[in-house]
Amino acid sequence: MKQRLMLVLNAAIVFAVLVLVWWAIVRVFKVPPYMVPPPMQVAKIAVARFPELWASLLITTEEAVGGLFASIVIGVLVALIFARSPWIRRTFFPYTILLQTVPIMAIAPLIIMWIGPGLSSVTLIAFIFCLASIIANTTQGLISVDENLVQLFLMHNASQAQILGRLRLPHSLPYLFVGIRISSGIAVIGAITGELFAGSSQVGQGGVGYSILYAMAQLQTAYLFALVMAATALGFTFFFLVMFFEWLLLHNWHESAARQSGS
Amino acid sequence: MTVTVPEVLFRAVSKRFTGSSAPVLEGIDLSIERGEFVSIIGPSGCGKSTLLKLVAGLAPCTSGEIAVNGMTPENAREVVSFVFQDATLLPWRTVEKNVSLALELERSQPPPERRQITQKLLELVGLSHVAKHYPRQLSGGMKMRVSIARALATRPRLLLMDEPFAALDEMTRDRMNEELLRLREEQNWTVLFVTHSVAEAVFLSSKVIVLAPHPGRVAHVLDVDLPYPRTEATRESQEFDDLVNRTSRLLREAHRL
Repeated sequence: MKQRLMLVLNAAIVFAVLVLVWWAIVRVFKVPPYMVPPPMQVAKIAVARFPELWASLLITTEEAVGGLFASIVIGVLVALIFARSPWIRRTFFPYTILLQTVPIMAIAPLIIMWIGPGLSSVTLIAFIFCLASIIANTTQGLISVDENLVQLFLMHNASQAQILGRLRLPHSLPYLFVGIRISSGIAVIGAITGELFAGSSQVGQGGVGYSILYAMAQLQTAYLFALVMAATALGFTFFFLVMFFEWLLLHNWHESAARQSGS
Repeated sequence: MTVTVPEVLFRAVSKRFTGSSAPVLEGIDLSIERGEFVSIIGPSGCGKSTLLKLVAGLAPCTSGEIAVNGMTPENAREVVSFVFQDATLLPWRTVEKNVSLALELERSQPPPERRQITQKLLELVGLSHVAKHYPRQLSGGMKMRVSIARALATRPRLLLMDEPFAALDEMTRDRMNEELLRLREEQNWTVLFVTHSVAEAVFLSSKVIVLAPHPGRVAHVLDVDLPYPRTEATRESQEFDDLVNRTSRLLREAHRL
């Protein structure tokens, strides 16, 4: 407990130093506020326009969470199919890498053209961003089960459902979490990227990405900074929530999760 | 007149893996009686582990046949348990849940009975105090005890053990050997035991089978007529030494066959 407190304290100190350096640079080099606003101005505008900021953040959160959840469900299903046979893997696995290598920026306008701007298209973009690492990691987990364990199950006349439910799935859980952890940050990036293209169906009411565009056009640099920082905080929150669930589910038995808890 | 069916019967068993030209095992003829403790030793690559897999029905014979208690290996699975070289425990299950795994898979017992059997077995192998622990918290010797308890949970007639103590240090190994014999006295299963260690084979077995490599075949069958129960004193006896030396010699000869 004391250790964790120290950790939080350390992070807070680093943050304070960074803000101080930011403030000093703006001051010393006389950077105009429409280029880099001083920290206090960003904080002030964040408070003043909080309802607006919060609304944007909620929309982006909804899209990112939706995309992440969809990618977990679909990703695990695809991984289950991939784990069935090496032949299927060899044939289709290269296409999951395609998911990562095709510049999603190039697809985003297409998706918006196809299904129209708004929540569902942005969620779909976040989903596509997340999918590859979920598939890759879960497949790895499903197929890396010790062959002796499979034979043990067969020796005791286990059904295929038992081998899946009691062996392959639990074994692949730590792998799935590696995928989710990577995807949790990517989901936020995906949602904001999507918003940059899709914007909003309602004027003045959009996610963080939309608001960033809007603030940029209006040269509201301080609010732009507040939005970027809010989006970063969102990514952080996602990441730590995933870490928490990972710890909750795995700390009893899995080495990596157990190490995190310091036992 | 009663006809006793041998516990395991090998009739001209050969095994060749698909895609390889040389057979792993060739012309194995063996009969193992109920209650015997049979060790199989031989140089690496002589097909010892493959032999066990065949008896377990985890792989088919290329020619010849194996009968376990008069049944095909696949049909005999219910009365057979396998202990692997690694403890092969499920890390996400506690010790007691690992022990009850086989019972759960076979659905042969209702949950309360399962718990009772599990508890008794944990007592038997001296692990009641770590029933709620996870495998990562156990030492190598303890993990192997859990593995053995799991194998015994289904009350097997035949125990197949593939170098179960190879990864343990010598002292733990000796202790585990004695424990295994003690357990057998209580439950009286037949054992087919694969090992690299001549001393271990002699100490445990009523019969030692020496395999020759390329292809794997039976070179010698050696009866070990040391009386049970065997203890520390057995290991220190002259007869034990003589038998170990003789077996070692046969093993070296088998290497040259």
